[in-house]
Amino acid sequence: MKMWLKISVSVWITGIIIAGIAFPMVRGPHTWYEFPFIPGLEEKARNIIFHVPISWATVVAFIMSMYYGSMYLRKKDMDYDLRSVSSASLGLLLCVLATLTGAVWAKFNWGSFWNWDPRQTSIFILLLIYGAYFVLRSAIDEEERRATLSSVYSIIAGVTVPFFIFVMPRIMSGLHPGSLGDEQGKGPVLEFKMATNMLMVFFASLIGFTVLYFWMYTLKVRLMRIERHVQQITETE
Amino acid sequence: MTFITSYHIFIKEFVSEFRTRYALNALLMFVVTTLSIILFSIGKESPTQDILSGTLWIVIFFSAMSGLSRTFVAEEERGTSMTLRLLVNSSSVYIGKLFYNFILILVLSVIIGISYLLFIKEFTVKSFDIFWMTIFLGSAGLASASTILAAIIAKANTKGTLFPVLAFPILLPLLLTCINATKLSTEGAFMSEAVKEFQILISFTVVMVATSFLVFDFVWKD
Repeated sequence: MKMWLKISVSVWITGIIIAGIAFPMVRGPHTWYEFPFIPGLEEKARNIIFHVPISWATVVAFIMSMYYGSMYLRKKDMDYDLRSVSSASLGLLLCVLATLTGAVWAKFNWGSFWNWDPRQTSIFILLLIYGAYFVLRSAIDEEERRATLSSVYSIIAGVTVPFFIFVMPRIMSGLHPGSLGDEQGKGPVLEFKMATNMLMVFFASLIGFTVLYFWMYTLKVRLMRIERHVQQITETE
Repeated sequence: MTFITSYHIFIKEFVSEFRTRYALNALLMFVVTTLSIILFSIGKESPTQDILSGTLWIVIFFSAMSGLSRTFVAEEERGTSMTLRLLVNSSSVYIGKLFYNFILILVLSVIIGISYLLFIKEFTVKSFDIFWMTIFLGSAGLASASTILAAIIAKANTKGTLFPVLAFPILLPLLLTCINATKLSTEGAFMSEAVKEFQILISFTVVMVATSFLVFDFVWKD
């Protein structure tokens, strides 16, 4: 990544963190930096600026891992496998973060850290898929076979994800917006009913976290390339 | 051509199974064991229908896990996979094995279903059409996902424990829907109320079979 992009991402994310945490929440906001006070959510509504973009980045990481897995199957180039693993390991980290931020929010809004709401179930399954993916990788010694089989597994796991995102919340009653029984927020894509300035910060955060993911991803890929190179050199000596 | 060869693979699986009767005997004993564990643990309590529909699918899931992984692992152990790879194309191997797995798990779940209804008195199914339809579609879904996973783990080093670990996250939407549908059948719902569940089960199976059909070649030829 270019230097100016790195600097602007850092400034961008810092701005979002400041805005998300420090902007006051008042009834009837007047100025641009005041968020509206939402009954029932109160100050906890700030979490939407962090929790949702992290969950979004988790899904992006998962799709990237699946994409590079299928590219490996087509081209049989080990570099694609390396990218697939890098994205999956970042996805695991983001998935844990999304689960934790969600659990904390659930504790203070719904009363307990975990309630088996459909979306909580989905993120738990995503954690299990990542876990199974890395277990499968550690169970195979041969490099090319490991790359092929883990790519196939990520594709097979990837096609079940729509069932979690679109189907399960429709048939199970849940607490997240968009679940069964929630008349206001029906439909796979939520209607945004946030105030304009909050919506701006929210979308800025979505963009910020996505770019941050790509930055971390490129770093991870470079690191793994160097590691593989070092390994090859030590093997030949 | 593919259909004839897949049919032959299908027959071959049955012949080699009935020569040893390993899978069938082991699975029947597995069913007996798990059912008696459930009976012992219930004791004199009277559990709710929801818990019993859950345990029914636990029994089916784990017996499927112990039975279905055999198809490809046995091929590797006997050293016959190379011959099979030379003789027939991979899609007929996949289709043949898929149907064999489906029949195996269907017979197994029907046996589990009947013995569950017989031995556990608290479990009362009011609408049998939903119950048997769930068993049928659930078996199809289990077979569709486990066939490709069995092919994957046949190439890995630790075969036994890996299968349920890989299968669980993928099969969870299926299992949850099956448990929901079984609950509906114990509540005496009409067929029209369970259509949503059946649609999910059918679409899951179709998506799984289509994807596995596309990627099976990479696993098998590896």
